[in-house]
Amino acid sequence: MPKDGGIGASSKRREDVRFLTGNGKYTDDINMRGQAYVHFLRSDVAHGTLTKVDTSAAAEMPGVVQIFTGADFVEIGGMPCGWQVTDKHGDPMHEPKHPVLAHGKVRHVGEPIAAVVAETLAQARDAAEAIEVDIAELPAVVNMKDAVKDGAPKVHDELPGNLCYDWGFVEENKGAVDEAFEKAAHVTTLELTNNRLVANPMEPRVAIGDFDRSDGEHTLYTTSQNPHVIRLLMGAFVLGIPEHKLRVVAPDVGGGFGTKIFHYQEEAFCTFAAKAVNRPVKWTSTRSEAFVSDAHGRDHVTKIELALDAENNFTALRTDTYANMGAYLSTFAPSVPTWLHGTLMAGNYKTPLIYVNVKAVFTNTVPVDAYRGAGRPEATYQLERLVDMAAHELGVDPIALRRQNFITEFPYATPVAVEYDTGDYVATMDKLEEMADLSGFEARRKASEAKGKLRGFGVNCYIEACGIAPSNLVGQLGARAGLYESATVRVNATGGLVVMTGSHSHGQGHETSFAQVVAEMIGIDESMIDIVHGDTSKVPMGMGTYGSRSIAVGGSAMVRATEKIIAKAKKIASHLLEASEGDIELKDGAFSVAGTDKSVAWGDVTLAAYVPHNYPLDDIEPGLEETAFYDPANFTYPSGAYACEVELDPDTGQVSIERFSAADDFGNIINPMIVTGQVHGGIAQGVGQALLENCAYDEEGQLLSASYMDYAMPRASDLPFYDVDHSCQTPCTHNPLGVKGCGEAGAIGSPPAVVNAVINAMRSGGHDVKHIDMPVSPARVWAAMNG
Amino acid sequence: MYNFDVERPSTVAEAVAAMGRDEAQPMSGGQTLIPTLKARLAAPSVLVSLGGIEEMKGVSMADGLLSVGGGTTHAAVAREAAAHYPALAGLAARIGDPAVRNRGTIGGSVANNDPSACYPAAVLGSGATVVTNQREIAADDYFLGMFETALDEGEIVTGVNFPVPQAAHYEKMIQPASRFPLVAVFVAKFSDGLRVAVTGASNNGVFRWTEAETALAADFSADALNGVKADASEMISDLHGTGAYRAHLVNVMTKRAVAAIG
Ligand SMILES: Cc1cc2nc3c(=O)[nH]c(=O)nc-3n(C[C@H](O)[C@H](O)[C@H](O)COP(=O)(O)OP(=O)(O)OC[C@H]3O[C@@H](n4cnc5c(N)ncnc54)[C@H](O)[C@@H]3O)c2cc1C
Repeated sequence: MPKDGGIGASSKRREDVRFLTGNGKYTDDINMRGQAYVHFLRSDVAHGTLTKVDTSAAAEMPGVVQIFTGADFVEIGGMPCGWQVTDKHGDPMHEPKHPVLAHGKVRHVGEPIAAVVAETLAQARDAAEAIEVDIAELPAVVNMKDAVKDGAPKVHDELPGNLCYDWGFVEENKGAVDEAFEKAAHVTTLELTNNRLVANPMEPRVAIGDFDRSDGEHTLYTTSQNPHVIRLLMGAFVLGIPEHKLRVVAPDVGGGFGTKIFHYQEEAFCTFAAKAVNRPVKWTSTRSEAFVSDAHGRDHVTKIELALDAENNFTALRTDTYANMGAYLSTFAPSVPTWLHGTLMAGNYKTPLIYVNVKAVFTNTVPVDAYRGAGRPEATYQLERLVDMAAHELGVDPIALRRQNFITEFPYATPVAVEYDTGDYVATMDKLEEMADLSGFEARRKASEAKGKLRGFGVNCYIEACGIAPSNLVGQLGARAGLYESATVRVNATGGLVVMTGSHSHGQGHETSFAQVVAEMIGIDESMIDIVHGDTSKVPMGMGTYGSRSIAVGGSAMVRATEKIIAKAKKIASHLLEASEGDIELKDGAFSVAGTDKSVAWGDVTLAAYVPHNYPLDDIEPGLEETAFYDPANFTYPSGAYACEVELDPDTGQVSIERFSAADDFGNIINPMIVTGQVHGGIAQGVGQALLENCAYDEEGQLLSASYMDYAMPRASDLPFYDVDHSCQTPCTHNPLGVKGCGEAGAIGSPPAVVNAVINAMRSGGHDVKHIDMPVSPARVWAAMNG
Repeated sequence: MYNFDVERPSTVAEAVAAMGRDEAQPMSGGQTLIPTLKARLAAPSVLVSLGGIEEMKGVSMADGLLSVGGGTTHAAVAREAAAHYPALAGLAARIGDPAVRNRGTIGGSVANNDPSACYPAAVLGSGATVVTNQREIAADDYFLGMFETALDEGEIVTGVNFPVPQAAHYEKMIQPASRFPLVAVFVAKFSDGLRVAVTGASNNGVFRWTEAETALAADFSADALNGVKADASEMISDLHGTGAYRAHLVNVMTKRAVAAIG
């Protein structure tokens, strides 16, 4: 019997009522009395020296309130980076200043040069056109391998070689890894690109700055996944505003996918300008601006090698990756190719020796940072393509080769610094084989061939690290923040609860699944619980939502706070029932004395807490409100196995996905429907990366795919009906809910399955294609088969 | 957008008069023009909206000629031409999305002559006549290159007259992002000949693939196109495919259109 409430129930997403009826309240829906509008004048060249920015004529244009340029921000801090990576020589990464508005030089197309604040948006745009800008163009550097060559143009004058860091992991293992390669019976080598992507959340970014002269308080309304992080970074490092005078509100947010984690110049600008012009200042990104100002994702170029012994056991793995940082370091950019990527290179396999090298490179492109999966899709893609290739070279079954090398005993300490607590890779693979109907594949292949089509089957495994992250550990790894989460549970006199969480929901359904957890713990109806998030003036300091951390870390904080509530409520109940505290039991929303029929309802206890007549005041404080901060002991390690079946039209190169199966292990599950939805969305994004999405620059640093005319997003018609299962559950051992997180899995697990399937299809048509880079567009498939 | 005036004529004559104003530009569905204005890439002083001109709307059939008013939306063509000219109706039914089809017009599409637009292939492939407020222009003389037509400054497309072929088919391979044709081919077979028109592929916009027409005139079968190659050097090369790939697709799409006609 499926439950109709609490943990494990597919409760309907309560937030959808407002989202689907047009009643969501997004940042752009907020309009302040007397607000002015900002238009940013952005660079249309990738690299150059700013020789003139003359605003005198523009300042006289109708409606102009004030125009700002880089000169106004020289004394103001640059955009801070939240993570410092130490390179293989023990030196800190290079961290060039990232100004709010460009000064001296422009370094990528889209970089803001000036900002016009005007009465209307049209007036702001008109005036921006009247700003005289001269840029002495410099040669741009776009390709990472060109960027690190001697004599390459310097993105930052003080930084020859354009290298942010050269990271070796684990540097001490390098010698042993190299030695294992020398002894190997077989070595498989693969060079590939993990394509650059534009996140494209449905809601573009918006920022509104407000300043109240009467109390000196700044407010920023912004499209953020983590308002407290923005408050800390902007307040402490950019504008120098103490946190008690700075409120950051991120109301309903229409999708983030990572790109709304980061602190952006437009946020700092609107906050700054609101005080400078003494009125609210609003900026709403256009879609065209989003393409050149939202942080991009992925963009790795990798050479990866696998050493195997004569029995096909993996003996060593070696990778060499160039990771594009873009022109400046975005907030968490340095951590993505290192601690979210290198630490994942063991995958599902017991490869004993691993060495990862990552060179992070500056180029004249938009900054690159975390995008759904962040580092883990890059790790999974290269490893799972490589294992497939090894199986092909050795003439063995790709599933059998994987099974042979699976980690089967847990906990398992990888050679890349992390310890997997639980998992059962055999179980998810067994489940997948059943779902994918492998035995029927040959018949389906023949049916496709009868229509003149090729059919291919691809499989892969994945492991990811989420529930980010133990503060102690990430501190050692260079994080400049802790990664705990907070929750305050406030019980009202009449028994209803408000839970204030530092997690932020931008479509994930937290308002539903978080309420289910608390309802289950107390034994009351979900409708008695409201979840509040996204406002630094309401919720305790929290770190926000990314890295599939909300239920594992935010949910755990909520459990801890609710445990405190229950403990206190039991005390109050024991007083009301005149029983000893140890005898009080909470069940179905009522407190009873063990072994008796004496009980009080939840509402009696909450009322007593706030109407403390005849109340043991020396023993218990009135009120019922508790806060907890939860810092995880480890990452969580969801895992799974994915399979994709494609049909390929050899005449056009067109690929269509015919079947897609996903067997995931997310540990315990709070709301199966929401989990299924997260996997669906994740696979859509993974398929988007694999088949469609391509953020491409030309050699001059102009973005070629700068609109939906050229940047292909996945649509429903590109996707099959997925077969998704999460019945394999090995609960997480170190958080109270036993949950692992599911937000990124689909995007991590799906690209290699798709590409492996396409290559399998091409081979079945007699084309010995070793590899094809994503997106696997019809043109590329055709070229690979004909060329 | 920049500021502009709007004129709303209700007859072609009024529209022609309005077009006499300085820097006037006609607007039909606005599906191409409005985004251009929003991006501030065009700055007409006067927009002459053709949407209220009833005499430019609708589909009618007489003497084997299907007349489509220049102001007829793609959705209306899809509906109203289906009984008379299924290949044309099918083409219209697959342009863009419902919003685009319910606003965009044949006149706007033919006037714009986007190298990847669908209608130009049907107009050229059918040997249709473009009717304007001044004259009638044969399709072979009308399309002059990417975004270039024989229209004079201020001339308005009031309709397109299509000779209805015995059989025709439009075969389209879409560009994955825009979903406009990457390469699409319109093949029409008449009692006295046949035409093959290609869109999406060439740097010179829509064109007749005469080599294929010759091969098919001798033998109307997909196999007749084996070895008949389109000239890759004339083809568009971009993010979505090289010239060689497009040239290849021209052959594939033509074969499929021929096979569909049977
Ligand atoms: C999302 C999207 C998808 C699309 N997909 C496709 C597709 O798959 N295939 C395809 O073919 N097209 C596609 N289009 C284009 C669409 O068909 C447009 O409707 C068409 O290109 C222009 O028609 P319109 O009536 O909107 O013209 P408008 O945008 O109003 O005008 C276009 C140009 O023609 C001029 N003009 C308009 N009417 C006349 C006239 N009667 N006489 C002279 N000049 C005139 C205007 O001044 C302007 O320069 C798409 C458009 C969008 C927005």
